[in-house]
Amino acid sequence: MLEVKDLHVTAEGIEILKGLSLTVKPGEVHAIMGPNGAGKSTLSAVIAGKDGYEVTAGSITFEGRDVLEMEKEERAQAGMLLGFQYPVEIPGVKNVYLLKAALNAQRAAHGEDDIPAPEFMKLIKERLAQMKMDASFLQRAVNEGFSGGEKKRNEILQILVLQPKLAMLDEIDSGLDIDAMRVVADGINSLRAEDRSILLVTHYQRLLDFVVPDKVHVLVDGRIAKSGDAELARELEARGYEWVQEESAA
Amino acid sequence: MSDDVQRFLARLNERNAQRLSSQGAEPTWIAARRQAGAARFEALGFPTRRVEAWKYTDVRAIARGDFALATDADFSQASAAALTLPLEAYRLTFVDGVFSAALSQIDDLPKGVQLLPLSRALAENHEAVGGPLGRLTGVDFSPFSALNTAFMEEGAVVRLAPGTRVDKPILLQFLSRANETPVMSHPRVLVEAGDRSEATIIEHHVGEEAAANFTNSVEEIILGRGTILTHYKLQELPLSDLQVSSIQVEQGRDSRFTSFNINLGGALVRTDLVSDLNGEGAEANFNGLFYGQGRQHVDNHTLVNHNAPHTFSKENYKGILDDRAHGVFNGKVIVKRDSQKIEGFQSNANLLLSDRAEIDAKPELEIYADDVKCSHGSTTGQLDEEAVFVLRTRGIDKQTARGLLTLAFAGEVMEQVELDAVSERIELAVAGKLPERFNLAGLVETAMALGDE
Repeated sequence: MLEVKDLHVTAEGIEILKGLSLTVKPGEVHAIMGPNGAGKSTLSAVIAGKDGYEVTAGSITFEGRDVLEMEKEERAQAGMLLGFQYPVEIPGVKNVYLLKAALNAQRAAHGEDDIPAPEFMKLIKERLAQMKMDASFLQRAVNEGFSGGEKKRNEILQILVLQPKLAMLDEIDSGLDIDAMRVVADGINSLRAEDRSILLVTHYQRLLDFVVPDKVHVLVDGRIAKSGDAELARELEARGYEWVQEESAA
Repeated sequence: MSDDVQRFLARLNERNAQRLSSQGAEPTWIAARRQAGAARFEALGFPTRRVEAWKYTDVRAIARGDFALATDADFSQASAAALTLPLEAYRLTFVDGVFSAALSQIDDLPKGVQLLPLSRALAENHEAVGGPLGRLTGVDFSPFSALNTAFMEEGAVVRLAPGTRVDKPILLQFLSRANETPVMSHPRVLVEAGDRSEATIIEHHVGEEAAANFTNSVEEIILGRGTILTHYKLQELPLSDLQVSSIQVEQGRDSRFTSFNINLGGALVRTDLVSDLNGEGAEANFNGLFYGQGRQHVDNHTLVNHNAPHTFSKENYKGILDDRAHGVFNGKVIVKRDSQKIEGFQSNANLLLSDRAEIDAKPELEIYADDVKCSHGSTTGQLDEEAVFVLRTRGIDKQTARGLLTLAFAGEVMEQVELDAVSERIELAVAGKLPERFNLAGLVETAMALGDE
């Protein structure tokens, strides 16, 4: 589904990713872990198309398409969706507008008509209930005045509504208390499917107790230094990142 | 003197002669005002950009025009129905300035409410009109108010008896036709709202797409003690129309005046809004929204005079300018020497959607009292590119993302509108300027349906 090959990325003249390779197959949940500053967030940001990053070498393909040649909205329409670490407030744009415009954009990209209003409302209500969110969220401006936990839940809500093929979640667990963590984790788990992949970027192992990954990668200095299964995350939790750093330096 | 001024004065003389032969002599006070207006206009001429109040607005498109005066109010019921605001209202309609009885609805006015065309008010009792008319807006206010006074014939008179609460909005509808020769009209509106009366007045300016007329209106609004009036100027004129309008308000003690000055259409539009807070406890709220595209020019000049202590004013104007549109915001608050304990807040925010769009924003405060709370601020910026990015990462294309954010920017003013028919109209009009693919109507309906549950 997602194939990242020897990716080199610089931002403001500094090389952040230095030859990262990663293959994510349909149905897999991958976790990318690593110390601060290792470039964890850069990968998902580059896949989503955030400005300010320059890909100097390597490639990213998604279902055989060259992601770097696609417009930002095309990437989302093709099924790649990023849940932000710091969701942005968009004053005045109601959540319901965002959700409906996004859903219809996706449908239009697949040659489908706009979603009929009753069907949309049914879908939205189900997803809201799933995220334990009140319907009043829909009338509120995107993330405006939301607490940290509400913002994160709102990111998952968008992903649940849009049902991407590849969901990338950047530090979705940061700033969540245990109850909110459960809701968010349940939301993520509900996305697990044979034809869907999930990429979790996280600093801590905590989230991975709730969402058990198939593969865990440790990112050190712009490269994947070590890969393993869920057990690796627990090892990192117990031993920290230093041993991996030392291993990779050796 | 310029040929332009002569051309307008020649039209005036023609009209005066015509009127004399068809209707006989006018009451002397009207004739005298006309003369005073003509003389003042002749002396001042059209304003040039050397005049401070017109520094950013070039009125040559008006001055060089050759406008006839409309003689009938023919307008198809069907096209009027398509243009009108869909709400229950007491309605007066003017077509190129001429009163249309067929498109008006004033039969069932409640007790205490008088709503009639100016011509009828003059015919019934011209002296009752002559007293208040011109008291707030004299011929000295501007060359255009002088011109209006010279030409005034038609318009609206609204009188509310003390304590009257009008159950439906009063709608003054001004329709502009696609004439072979452009026409001009000089509507005159007089509102006398008695003590403790309460009403909503909507001035709606709209017309046929190919219209290219000039409207020069003067509106005087007098509020008694404790009067509550909400006033809308909803201007959706065709893109070649020209409009200059002045709205002047006098507020008595504890009165509240709320204005929505919404300018979406027209090639050249200038609005002057003035409120005199003359009695303690008087409050003025000015809300404004303008959206210019192409080469539209929209100029708003507002002025609040805090003439009494304990008076309040709040102003929020938002401007959106695209392409090569030009906007002007000049908001002035004057606090007189003994007007202590007043509050005056003003804010203006402008959004430039293109590099070639232009805004001249000038907030001004003149304070001669020492115990006041005042603030003002003006900001101009572009769309938040980070927000555009976030929306695009959700699959929303760039144009639609920009549209959503533009709509959101206007939303702050629209949210203050209490009449759904008006706020929806504005929202749709703003959305209508956005890319076609953006199906806002569906979104709005969905949002409302959710809100209803």
